[in-house]
Amino acid sequence: MTLNLNPNINDADGFYQELLAVHDGLSKAESDALNARLILVLANHIGDRTVLREALEAAK
Amino acid sequence: MVSPRYQTAFKLYPYKKVPDQDDSPARHPVVIIGAGPVGLALALDLGMRGTPALILDDHEGPGLGSKAICFAKRTLDIATRLGAGQQMVEKGIVWNVGKVFHRSDKIFEFNLLPEAGHRNPAFINLQQPYFEKFLHDAIRDARQHGAPIEVRGMNRVTSVCPSDDHVLLDVETPDGSYQIKADWLIACDGARSPTRDMLGLTFDGRVFEDNFLIADVRMKADFPTERWFWFEPPFEGAGQSALLHKQPDDIWRIDFQLGWEIDREKELHPDRVRARVDAMLSSQTGAVPAYELEWTSIYTFQCRRMEAFRHGRVFFAGDSAHQVSPFGARGANSGVQDAENLAWKLDLVLKGVADEALLQSYAHEREFGADENILNSSRATDFMTPKSENSQIFRDAVLEMASRAPFGQAFVNSGRLSVPCIYDDFPLFGPDALDGPARTRPGAACPDAPVGNGFLLDHLTGHFVLLVLGGDEPPPVSAFGITTAVMHLAEVSPELAERYLGAAKQAVYLIRPDQHIVARWPTFDADAVARCIALALGKDTS
Ligand SMILES: Cc1cc2nc3c(=O)[nH]c(=O)nc-3n(C[C@H](O)[C@H](O)[C@H](O)COP(=O)(O)OP(=O)(O)OC[C@H]3O[C@@H](n4cnc5c(N)ncnc54)[C@H](O)[C@@H]3O)c2cc1C
Repeated sequence: MTLNLNPNINDADGFYQELLAVHDGLSKAESDALNARLILVLANHIGDRTVLREALEAAK
Repeated sequence: MVSPRYQTAFKLYPYKKVPDQDDSPARHPVVIIGAGPVGLALALDLGMRGTPALILDDHEGPGLGSKAICFAKRTLDIATRLGAGQQMVEKGIVWNVGKVFHRSDKIFEFNLLPEAGHRNPAFINLQQPYFEKFLHDAIRDARQHGAPIEVRGMNRVTSVCPSDDHVLLDVETPDGSYQIKADWLIACDGARSPTRDMLGLTFDGRVFEDNFLIADVRMKADFPTERWFWFEPPFEGAGQSALLHKQPDDIWRIDFQLGWEIDREKELHPDRVRARVDAMLSSQTGAVPAYELEWTSIYTFQCRRMEAFRHGRVFFAGDSAHQVSPFGARGANSGVQDAENLAWKLDLVLKGVADEALLQSYAHEREFGADENILNSSRATDFMTPKSENSQIFRDAVLEMASRAPFGQAFVNSGRLSVPCIYDDFPLFGPDALDGPARTRPGAACPDAPVGNGFLLDHLTGHFVLLVLGGDEPPPVSAFGITTAVMHLAEVSPELAERYLGAAKQAVYLIRPDQHIVARWPTFDADAVARCIALALGKDTS
């Protein structure tokens, strides 16, 4: 498996709105913490170390 | 005069004047400096093979105070082969339940549920002086069966002078000094290794800017035999993390991670120590049980190793060669593996079976082992002490997720227990011709499994062994001065099959004296085995 960098989310605008909405009303510190938790949750779901390594690279 | 540098827990090898002192310099094939866990294990292994081993130590027994308490399965397997394992396991404490707290909340609880079908538990808690005593008891027993092992207490090595065919030592004793010539010298003289200094060798690495207050307390209270670990403990002045676990004799080990800028003297004041301990012990029940402080000390930790573990006729093993922070209990555990790696090689070289080239593989293999331990121990330390704002954010996110979902627990790192390294692709290991389980591939240490009424490792007693599962019993293979023992099992227990056969119907394993797997095949081929014996001995057969 390799990292998918093509559009892959159905209704990207809708997801983006939900992503911002979970941060509503949070302080900077709370938002940072939430982002970190989110990264961990997503990374665990992906699991594949090769894909994760490519994702780290792609996000640099 | 040999003035003590520390108090001893008890005497094991009291000073006695020996003829060498009047007839100096006597020559010895192997001299070991230091009767710590590593020096004792090495001398015992050599002596049981019939190779004379002389230990010089500048005290008369193990040091008093808080040192290693956690001994892992591989160490127990080695100690069992050396005749000291059973005593250790009988005296030691086995625990399976751990609780992890973040501030005042318990974020999760785990049960180690160790894999069945091993003689030894995954690890035990046992005070280091007992560990040393049981090894020394085994030395005494082995000596009665003729093993040429000698331990000289109050013998301090004050100079080390290597030359082409020997190493000359100056040794100080209560009756003055004398000299010894050693064919081979092994420095098992601890983290401050005087040998390293005398040879002008460096010991570089990373110092963790942190102080750990370690308190051993004696407590009769009915406290559960569990390991409790706190991140950011809620008690007054407890520091960044705290750990509680049990040792034999109603002793509990308590660690507080205090940070860098501290006043050591003030922190060691008994009132201050007691205040912390009270807060911790009462945190779950609200009441402080009765206890006494046995021993308190403050440590800083470092991760570092020598660049090379061999310098001509001088070898470094244990803490003298490498030092790790104690998270994951890798100090003594890895040092004992150094000892067992070196013992059979030195023995075969001294007996003329193998060439000196074999000895270089000790350094190569164990430097790799040390790197793996340092890596693991640095990772644990970095998790426990986040070094930047960002790493703090992720650390806290992990702790939070650990209380919400099982996956988070996998990231929580308060030390990963020591397991032996696997010598993947190292030159002394052969082909993996079997479609077998990954854990028993060439380079790995043999995992135990039930065999008959006992266990597999009982049969791997320190020689080259051909382990044959299924098929017909082959004859022993003799090559290059080695004759393998053959262990043929027509009947294979389910655990043995799972660990050594996997999908394969039958298998042939060649196993080194230190129980690491050299090569494996689906069927017996005498020539292939002979080639791998040469390989394992470091022979150049090209
Ligand atoms: C607080 C703490 C907790 C630890 N917990 C664990 C744990 O749970 N598990 C684990 O595996 N490890 C642990 N360790 C590490 C462990 O204690 C060491 O790795 C271990 O003692 C190393 O053994 P060694 O034989 O290499 O050296 P040492 O035990 O240091 O022995 C060296 C010996 O050499 C002698 N010596 C020194 N200089 C001379 C000289 N010039 N002449 C003659 N003799 C000399 C010394 O007196 C000593 O007897 C812990 C350490 C600490 C400090």
